[in-house]
Amino acid sequence: MKFLLRRLGFYVLTAWAAVTLNFFIPRVMKGDPVQSLINRFQGQIDQDAVHSLYVLFGLDKKQSLWQQYVDYWKEILHGNLGISFAFFPTPVSQVIKDSLPWTVALVGMATIIAVVLGTLIGTYLGWRRGTWADSILPVMTFFSSVPYFWLGLLFIALLAVTFPVFPASNAYTPGMTPSFSFAFLQSVVQHGFLPALTIVLSSVAGWILGMRNMMVTVGSEDYVTVAQAKGLPERRVMYGYAARNAVLPQVSSFALSLGFVVSGSLVMELVFSYPGIGAQLFAAIGAKDYPLMQGIFLVITVAVLLANILADVVYVFLDPRTRQEG
Amino acid sequence: MSNLPIDPAAAVPVDTESIVESAVEGPSTDPAHRKKKKFVFVRNAKSITGLVILAVFVVLAIVGPWIAPHNPNDVSLDLLAPPSGSHWLGTDHLGRDVFSQLLVGTRSVMIVGLVTGVGATLLAVLIGVSAGFLGGIPDEVLSALANIFLVLPALPLIIIIASQMDNAGSMVIALVLAATGWAWGARVLRAQTLSLRGRDFIEAARATGESTGRIVWFETLPNLTAIIASSFVSTVTFAVLSQTTLAFIGVTSISDWSWGTVLYWAQANQALSRGAWWWFVPAGLLVAVLGMALTLINFGIDEFVNPRLRLAGMSAREMRRSGIRPRIGFTARVRNLPRTYAHPTPVVSAGVRSSGEPVATTSDEPKETVR
Repeated sequence: MKFLLRRLGFYVLTAWAAVTLNFFIPRVMKGDPVQSLINRFQGQIDQDAVHSLYVLFGLDKKQSLWQQYVDYWKEILHGNLGISFAFFPTPVSQVIKDSLPWTVALVGMATIIAVVLGTLIGTYLGWRRGTWADSILPVMTFFSSVPYFWLGLLFIALLAVTFPVFPASNAYTPGMTPSFSFAFLQSVVQHGFLPALTIVLSSVAGWILGMRNMMVTVGSEDYVTVAQAKGLPERRVMYGYAARNAVLPQVSSFALSLGFVVSGSLVMELVFSYPGIGAQLFAAIGAKDYPLMQGIFLVITVAVLLANILADVVYVFLDPRTRQEG
Repeated sequence: MSNLPIDPAAAVPVDTESIVESAVEGPSTDPAHRKKKKFVFVRNAKSITGLVILAVFVVLAIVGPWIAPHNPNDVSLDLLAPPSGSHWLGTDHLGRDVFSQLLVGTRSVMIVGLVTGVGATLLAVLIGVSAGFLGGIPDEVLSALANIFLVLPALPLIIIIASQMDNAGSMVIALVLAATGWAWGARVLRAQTLSLRGRDFIEAARATGESTGRIVWFETLPNLTAIIASSFVSTVTFAVLSQTTLAFIGVTSISDWSWGTVLYWAQANQALSRGAWWWFVPAGLLVAVLGMALTLINFGIDEFVNPRLRLAGMSAREMRRSGIRPRIGFTARVRNLPRTYAHPTPVVSAGVRSSGEPVATTSDEPKETVR
C-alpha cells in the first residue's frame, strides 16, 4: 500500500511537471499565433476583435506570468483546453476527441498483436536457444533498428503503388460516412492493414528479444531444472514453469507500451495520412496552433501516466514480492 | 497454477539490477584471468560484426564529403534517373546525385549520434552515480527527475521543441536529444551504484580513508564501465533513429544533408508514386544497418555482463565443436572430452570457454557436468 501511495505521489509530481512544461513551451516560442490567424483571415478581423483574441488565447501580455499560470491550471482542471487556431473556432477538446479513436483503435490493435506474437515466438526461441533458432536473432535486430516510417514507405511502394492491393492513405474511402455498416468497416480494415502491419513488424522484434532473453535466464533457474527432473512433459515445463515466470517483465512492458499507443506512431500517421492524433499534432505545428499542440501533448502525457499506473498495479498483482516490500 | 514456484529468490524477473550485478564480479580476479576476460568481449562474433560495420560508417563519416562523386546540391539534367554508372544510386527530382547525398549525410548522422551519446551518457553518469552514492534526499530528488524524464513522451516533446527553431542544425538536434535521452542510463547506473556502495571493497576503501572523489572515480566507475558502454551504445541508436525521424518530418534544417533529409525530399516529391525506389530505399537501409551494428555491439556487452546469456551467445556450430549439447529447456550440459587424456595433470576442458571460467577436471571418467 505504501508502495502504491509513493508511486501515486510520483505521478502527481510528473503530471505537474508535464503541465508546467506545457504551459511554458508556447510562451518561450517565437512567432505570434494571433498574427498568423489574422493573416489567414485577411483583414476580416477588426482591431477590437484582435484584442479579444489575445485575451481569449491567454496571450494577453498585460497579465503577469504567474496570473497566466494560475489561469491555465484553472482552465485545465475544468477540462477546457482552449480553442484551436487551425480549426478556429472548434475547441481543442473536440479536435482531439475526433482524432483520438482512430489512433487508439489502430495502434492499440497493432500493439496487442505484436505483444502476443512476439511473446509466443520469444518463448519458443528462448527454449530452443543454442540451436538454429539463435540464427533468427540477427534478422530480428535488423527489424528492431529499422526506422518504422521507412518500413511504411516500403509497404506503400510495394503493396499500394506497384501492386495496388491496399490503399496508401486515409482511414476509410473518402466520401463514405462513418457508421457501423459492413461496407464501412471493411473499408476501415482495408485502410488500416498497412499501417498496422508496419507497426507490428517494427515492434514485434523487441518483444521477441525481450521474451527470449528472459526465457534463457529463467531456463537456468533451479525450479525449471527440478520440474524437468520430475519428468514433467516438455510442454508443461516450458509454459507452466519457464514462460510463466519469464512473462512478468513482458506484462509490465506491455502496460507501459499502452501509454505509447497514443504517441508511438506519430510519424506513421504522417506517412499514411491517417487522421489520428499524430497527424493532428503535425498540422498544429505547421499552423502554430499552440492550444492544440498543448492539448495533444497533455493527452499523450496523461496516457503515458495512466499506463504507468496500470503497470504498477499489474505488477503488484502479479508479483508477490512487490507486495511484501510495502 | 498450483505448482508455480513462488520462491522470491528464484522467480526474480531479470531487471537491470540483477543483470548488472554479475558484471561487477567480472574484473576482480587475478591478472591473468583479467587479461583473458578483456578479450571475451572482442572475441564475440556479434560484437566483432557490429564493430566492423560501425568502423566502416565512421570512416565514411570522415571521408564521405571528399570521396562523394558529385556535389550533393548540384542540379543536373538527369531528372529522377534510375541507378547508372555515373549516378550509382540514381538522381532525385532535381537531378541531384542520391549516392553523394547519402555519403555527405553520413557525417551529420554520426556527429549527432556521437554528441548525443557523449552528452547523454555524461549526464546519466553524473546524475545516476551521484544519486546512488549520495543517497537520502539528493537521491530522491535526482531519481524523481530521471523518472519524470522517462515518463514524459520524448518524441512529441522533441518535435515541438525542434519545430520552434528555424532550421535547427545537427548540433541543436544533438543537444535536444541528449537533454531528453539520459534518463534511462541514469536509472540503471543509479541501481548499480547502490549495489556497489555496500560492497566490501568500497567499505575497505572508505576505511582506509580514501576521499569520496577517489572512491567514485577509481573504485566505482571502473566497475560501471560495461553498463556505461551499453547505455552509450543504446543512446547512439536512439539518437540516429530520432534524428532520421526529425529530418524526415522536416523539422530540422533541410539544407543540412543527412539520411533523414534524403527521405524527406523523397516523401515530399512523391518518390513513392513515381516508383523511384532508389531514392528512399538506400537511406532507410543505412539507418537499419547502423542500428543493427549498434544493437549487435550491445548484445556483445550484454553477454559479457550477463553470463547466463553467454552460452547462448555461441553459435550452434561452435557449440558442437566444443562438445556442448544444448539441452532444450534448461541448462546446457557440458560433456567432458573423450578419455584421451590419461595423464594425471589437471585438464582444462574446452567447454564454456567464453565464460572465462573453464571447468577443470582431473578425473578421466567420462562424466557429465551440468552447468
